[in-house]
Amino acid sequence: MTVRFVGIVLLGLLPAFGQNWTAPRTSDGHPSLEGIWTNKTITPMERPKDLGDKAFFTPEEAKAYTQAARQRNNKDQRGGGVRDVLYAYNDFWWDSGTKLLGNMRTSIIVDPPDGRIPPLTAHRMAQLQEQAEAIKIRCKQPGCAIANSGQMSPSDKPEELDLMTRCISFGTVVPMMPSAYNNDYQIVQGPGVVAIDTEMVHDVRRIPTDGSPHLPLSVREWIGDPRGHWEGDTLVVDSTNFKGETRVRGGDENLHLIERFTRTGPDTLLYQFTVDDPTAFTKPWSGEIPMTKTEGPLYEYACHEGNIGMKDIIAAAKADEKKAAEQAAGKK
Amino acid sequence: MTKHLIGGGLLALSCAMFAAGQVATSKISRTPGGTPDLSGIWQALNSANWDLQAHGAEPGPDSRVGAIGAVAPGPGVVDDGEIPYLPAAATQRKQNYKDRWSADPEIKCYMPGVPRATYMPYPFQIIQGSETIMMSYEFADAVRLIPMKNPGPAPADSWMGWSIGHWDGDTLVVDVTSQNDQTWFDRAGDFHSDALHVVERYTPVDANILMYEATIEDPKVFSRQWKISMPLYRHVEKNAQLMEFKCIPFSEDVLYGDVLHGNAGKREGSK
Repeated sequence: MTVRFVGIVLLGLLPAFGQNWTAPRTSDGHPSLEGIWTNKTITPMERPKDLGDKAFFTPEEAKAYTQAARQRNNKDQRGGGVRDVLYAYNDFWWDSGTKLLGNMRTSIIVDPPDGRIPPLTAHRMAQLQEQAEAIKIRCKQPGCAIANSGQMSPSDKPEELDLMTRCISFGTVVPMMPSAYNNDYQIVQGPGVVAIDTEMVHDVRRIPTDGSPHLPLSVREWIGDPRGHWEGDTLVVDSTNFKGETRVRGGDENLHLIERFTRTGPDTLLYQFTVDDPTAFTKPWSGEIPMTKTEGPLYEYACHEGNIGMKDIIAAAKADEKKAAEQAAGKK
Repeated sequence: MTKHLIGGGLLALSCAMFAAGQVATSKISRTPGGTPDLSGIWQALNSANWDLQAHGAEPGPDSRVGAIGAVAPGPGVVDDGEIPYLPAAATQRKQNYKDRWSADPEIKCYMPGVPRATYMPYPFQIIQGSETIMMSYEFADAVRLIPMKNPGPAPADSWMGWSIGHWDGDTLVVDVTSQNDQTWFDRAGDFHSDALHVVERYTPVDANILMYEATIEDPKVFSRQWKISMPLYRHVEKNAQLMEFKCIPFSEDVLYGDVLHGNAGKREGSK
């Protein structure tokens, strides 16, 4: 494990070393991206503000950051109260990684140079504010986080709950971002298609590389409509046709996601992405994750089939409404 | 007379050319390794998802949508005609049939299991990789990753089971075990237990047709093994593609109806 870690760092520092390695090919001559890959990491999506313009950790800083993150992420530290209820799984259940990405960056976001998601447009901010107000009205339970579009809040309407609570999709697919667990992806390549199975709620992306056009914009999909093409040895995937509810970091239905997949070594797959959503963000932003090979197999995460929480969430909201109505009647 | 002969000759010639052409276009595609390449978008064209056994047309669950909801008839896809239920299982099947408009897992957008995923009225895509064959189904985003090397036994039961593939000549054979007992075979209540063992055979007969067979074994439910078979057709239209069919939103009103509407299972428009 240590040997591999050193290898990845060397590969990153010495591109000439990497050039000696050539990716295995599929029968149609393109590089094979096949395998089971993971993006699990403690590298934060956005650079912590106190790191300013520091894009890379020194080895000492990396060590200190890693120690602090492991300490912070340890779910066996019970604080009592609401926190214990909301984060009821103990550490055994979590698998969000214990290491920084091999590139030693201080954030997954590489552009803008400050490593942070650019501000939302005024128009989008107003839209989200309006939605937050609606959530606030039904957000009386402890743990209801308006900042997170009402996640964990009760609602008596399934469609008001976030996609994760409903098991529709987790925020791990567009773009492919690490999460608390199940950070595994299996890529299978056939003629004219690259398919990615996401272990998190078995979201499957079937990416045609046959030059076929996007669906008409009247058709909207939760994880968008991906179309791929090869630029040299890099698979470039262009996704549009999103539903507004997909809401990538506050984004809207005009999201245009561009992703690049490049094999960089026997056990590494460089994943780069750009979020271009001019009605939601003041400028595009990009990130990268050197994904690493991991052992399989992927397991079936039957989230919806076991989603017993929905009934309780809806019942709690109904009980809240009833209580509020009774109180209002009592006041009169 | 001569003219006639020439005409006949031409006709025979063109027939031969046509036949040759047909052979050429219907040649099954192969990987460089020589095995058939089953990659593509496939779909069954029958009413097996309504009922595996022979069945006539019937009214659907909701008369408001008229002919839209009606049960399509079908001559059946079970090789011997009948599913050999054990006596207790036959009783359960009758009960399932009675409860079918609320108990069928398809209503709930649950992953359909194998073999049902194959003949649902939605396409599925085979992506044939170098070591793994992916079968991606439009319905409920169900997916199977089929390794061509045996990875050992399943760690737990699951909705889509544990699939292991191998080639038997030009036939892809997939051995499926460790499915849970929650899925049905069709909308008519045909069911199985967690002892289900399915062996699937996918045989390309020409470029655009796969013969599909599934041998079904479940000593808790059936008195002997039985088999279904049907052709699967390739989608050849220019814009053929699987689209996103995340059916969870369509199932929520039924699944959470009792708390949503304060009345178990009741939903708008149902009787």
